[in-house]
Amino acid sequence: MGMVLLMDGIHDLGGRQGFGEVGYSPAEPVFCHRWEAVARALLVVVAGAVEVSGGEFRHSIERMEPGHYLTSSYYEHWLTAAATLAVEHGLVTRSELETRAGGRFPLSGPALVPPVADVGPDVDAPRFAVGDRVQVRECHPPGHTRCPGYVRGKNGTVVRVDGIHSVPDIEAHGTARRREPTYSVRFDAADLWRDGQRGVWVHVDVWDSYLERS
Amino acid sequence: MSAEGHHPAPVSPVEQRVAALEALLTERGLVPPGFIEEITRRYESEIGPMNGAKVVARSWVDPQYKQRLLADGTAAIAELGFGGPEGDHMVVVENTPGIHNVIVCTLCSCYPWPVLGLPPAWYKDPPYRARMVREPRTLLAEMGCPLPDDAEIRVWDSSAEVRYLVLPERPPGTGGLTEAELTSLVTRDSMIGTARL
Repeated sequence: MGMVLLMDGIHDLGGRQGFGEVGYSPAEPVFCHRWEAVARALLVVVAGAVEVSGGEFRHSIERMEPGHYLTSSYYEHWLTAAATLAVEHGLVTRSELETRAGGRFPLSGPALVPPVADVGPDVDAPRFAVGDRVQVRECHPPGHTRCPGYVRGKNGTVVRVDGIHSVPDIEAHGTARRREPTYSVRFDAADLWRDGQRGVWVHVDVWDSYLERS
Repeated sequence: MSAEGHHPAPVSPVEQRVAALEALLTERGLVPPGFIEEITRRYESEIGPMNGAKVVARSWVDPQYKQRLLADGTAAIAELGFGGPEGDHMVVVENTPGIHNVIVCTLCSCYPWPVLGLPPAWYKDPPYRARMVREPRTLLAEMGCPLPDDAEIRVWDSSAEVRYLVLPERPPGTGGLTEAELTSLVTRDSMIGTARL
């Protein structure tokens, strides 16, 4: 806690190297341990009690200390998110959690982006159409975003115009909302990485404000 | 889940933390009686890849349904009674002899819950999320799904509101099977795109 956390975060894993084999299993129980099911349900409880948006929920996981994020399982992420949001919204205190748990209860770091005061008007009409060439803005916002690092600054082609949805970068940091069209953009893997594999198209779904005309 | 209680295992730190949060939220009246059991039961027995398999098998036997499925996945999937959280904006992507589709979520673990259930652990772990966008040909081969060199691979990173379902090709030699028999052939991984049938 207490560090300034920028959001080129550890969760943004697309294209990172060195992870090795996938721990693949063709079948496994939905929950391997009872605590996983409880942790998942408690997140639903907290999110419902304090009306957490999808962006705020995801950001509460992304703010985990990077070492903790990489060495803990998915449901420990959900537990950490549930506890962090419960503390931040005043449902429980950190000291109560640690007293009950009988030890340290790691929470996610603080969100240091203030709520956006003026989010601007909704964008009702798509700026781009299927077939348009677009470039992803080279942005590094100090908060939540759904723009993966591996496509920033890259050129692609719009292949689908989707619905109009609340911008996660805004909804993660307060009660204000701005809605924008979303798109699926196709990238040639060879344009994303020098060692990009041939015959591979990678599609990334983005909000309107992440894009500019190429 | 194992039948704990008869031989209680030592309680791990993460279990202690879950128990602490559960107790505090329950004391504040925020956890309705039976809520945890009910939501768990639903994801363990009602929502899973058996739902997606029905969608796929229907599309194999009913060309008009397939057309609707590819045009508006959400509506066509709702025809079979499936929908809800993480399934409100469905896009179905079709495999063909020369095109292979695969889904991933590099930023978190987005997955089409109503048709595939909750994602498997490997889908949520860093290696799959890091590698599927950068070296899908290599990773698919490693996972038991090698593709011809000239096959086009389409990777779909679920980074906004759409959730994807891969429509696998109908296996050869299944012309005489009923829709129910076809349903039993469709695997979870074939609908993620890490396997072919």
